[in-house]
Amino acid sequence: MTAIGMEVSGLTVELTTPRGTTRAVDGVSFTAHRGRTLALLGESGCGKSMTAQAIVGLLEPIASVTAGSVQVDGEDLLKVSRKRRRQLAGPTLSIVFQDALTALNPVLKVGTQLAEPYRIHQRMPAKRARAKAIELMRHVGIPEPESRVDSYPHQFSGGMRQRLLIAMAVALSPKVLIADEPTTALDVTVQAQILALLAQLRKEHDMAVVLITHDLAVVAEEADTVAVMYSGRIVETGPVDEVFEDPRHPYTRGLLDSVPVETERGADLSSIPGAPPDLFAIPPGCPYQARCPLVQDVCRAERPALETRAGRAVACHLAEGTAQ
Amino acid sequence: MTLLENPPEAPAPEAPDRPARANWFRMLLADPAAFVSALILLLVAFVAVFGRQLAGDSAIKGDLSLSRLAPFSLDHGWQYVLGGDLLGRSLLGRLMVATQTTMSVVVPVVLISLVIGASVGMWAGYHRGRRETVAMRIADVILSFPSLLMAVVVLYIFSPSIASIIAILAITRIPVYLRTARAESAELQTRLFVDAARTFGTPSGAIIRRHIFPIVLPTLLTVATVDFCYVMLAESSLSFLGIGVQPPDVSWGLMVAQGRDQLRTQWWLSVLPGLAIVITTVSANLLASWVRIATDPGQRWRLTVPRRRRRAAGPTVLETT
Repeated sequence: MTAIGMEVSGLTVELTTPRGTTRAVDGVSFTAHRGRTLALLGESGCGKSMTAQAIVGLLEPIASVTAGSVQVDGEDLLKVSRKRRRQLAGPTLSIVFQDALTALNPVLKVGTQLAEPYRIHQRMPAKRARAKAIELMRHVGIPEPESRVDSYPHQFSGGMRQRLLIAMAVALSPKVLIADEPTTALDVTVQAQILALLAQLRKEHDMAVVLITHDLAVVAEEADTVAVMYSGRIVETGPVDEVFEDPRHPYTRGLLDSVPVETERGADLSSIPGAPPDLFAIPPGCPYQARCPLVQDVCRAERPALETRAGRAVACHLAEGTAQ
Repeated sequence: MTLLENPPEAPAPEAPDRPARANWFRMLLADPAAFVSALILLLVAFVAVFGRQLAGDSAIKGDLSLSRLAPFSLDHGWQYVLGGDLLGRSLLGRLMVATQTTMSVVVPVVLISLVIGASVGMWAGYHRGRRETVAMRIADVILSFPSLLMAVVVLYIFSPSIASIIAILAITRIPVYLRTARAESAELQTRLFVDAARTFGTPSGAIIRRHIFPIVLPTLLTVATVDFCYVMLAESSLSFLGIGVQPPDVSWGLMVAQGRDQLRTQWWLSVLPGLAIVITTVSANLLASWVRIATDPGQRWRLTVPRRRRRAAGPTVLETT
């Protein structure tokens, strides 16, 4: 196996609201390897974005990390001082956001924004930083970077904006790159281009990429490993091929079954009935019990632990049963 | 109004200078009202600097035979084109001297309160929490005193000099900028691009400087021009009460106040300095609204796209791929 880029263990995020305290992320652990892509897969509200925010330190004031560690390069990002964290942010860890338009400052020229990491971290003079910004823009495939460097974000198309954002994230060649639904707002052709760009940069910089997405096709295409999240917990992990070939958790199976393959026109699409549990009223036992077709008494009483077996892990009492 | 004569350069400091400056000038030409305002403010600035030398003795030494001379005649030389005051001093000369006094009070007051109020406000709004609370409560305390009353009390205790007028007016105006800057900065610090800057390890000072300040600045400039009029009037009121600018020095507000008794017979003694106040403040406001458009990249096309084409094509979308 390749070198470890980031190791997240037992990450727990709690939300404090007027209705009480609840866990949005509950003991999430995963390891991202350099040069590989790990996909965090799950439906909206399952805590995958919250996990990313906790790792990069952008949690809203109502959310706080109550347990766990994020090891990058032998340092625990959750324990280091704020100053050290600022030094690590950029050269070590960086993030690509979903909405590129709001992630770019509307009144600053893109060249200024792309130059910012160099100006801040390497104290590079303005001229050289600008040259680096142009180089970056060319590298991520923006045509005529010399003239576009003085444009403003609103003068770029959605795909180009996402390229700019990726360029900014990889400016200092980070060891770990978190991509939080980087292609959700884009159309399918542009989506493919952006994913190809991410893959290319991942190889060049030997980055560990954590791809957060709800799109099964993207996971199948891009990821090496997948971690399926449900209700703030990881319910199944493993190499993408194996997990997609042979899902062991009923939720993963439900997800895969809801992809239309060789379905007749007019035939009903299969879907998982119901909705994820309310975070304030997670029942004891398995969080998936209310929607699980195989639910049994043990599922209502005991919470299944994530058990590792031959490179794969699954949190289900009936793992053996679903594996056939 | 030195503040508004030089519209801020493009927020990108590394942009090549020459073409950028030519662009600013072209955008100024595209808005005739703003262009005229800029010329007027330049004239005011020029008079404020060189007025005393140009006016010479005519502003100080009166010729009683020219007392209450009616304006708009060149019979007694250019200095008396706007008539004479009660002591036969040239009204034009006195206006020019007053320009300097007025500007030397108003510009520092606006600049000082703008800089202090804006920096504290942006800092408080960015960090929120206890820092914000403390800053805002101090602002509330200052605001809870009627500012003119506070100025009167302080100026009675200390000797009324230009410096003390500037100091007290600046302090009473700080909360105006502080509140505006805090409100905008508190909203901006939740935006994704500020989060993005944080993920590159940008320290908070640099985020305020690079990401928040350029967006807050146009609003602050607009507030400043409105405040500019307020400060000018406040200075006149203080001068009228005898605790502001002291004779023989003179300011626009003082001239309006002194001419009040003769308003029915010698209207020009009050009306002409009043007109100077109105023209200057209107120019400042017009230029400020131009600055707001010119500094907003999303609005800038209004100044760069020719008017005729705009009407034909409607708002153009500058989207390019």
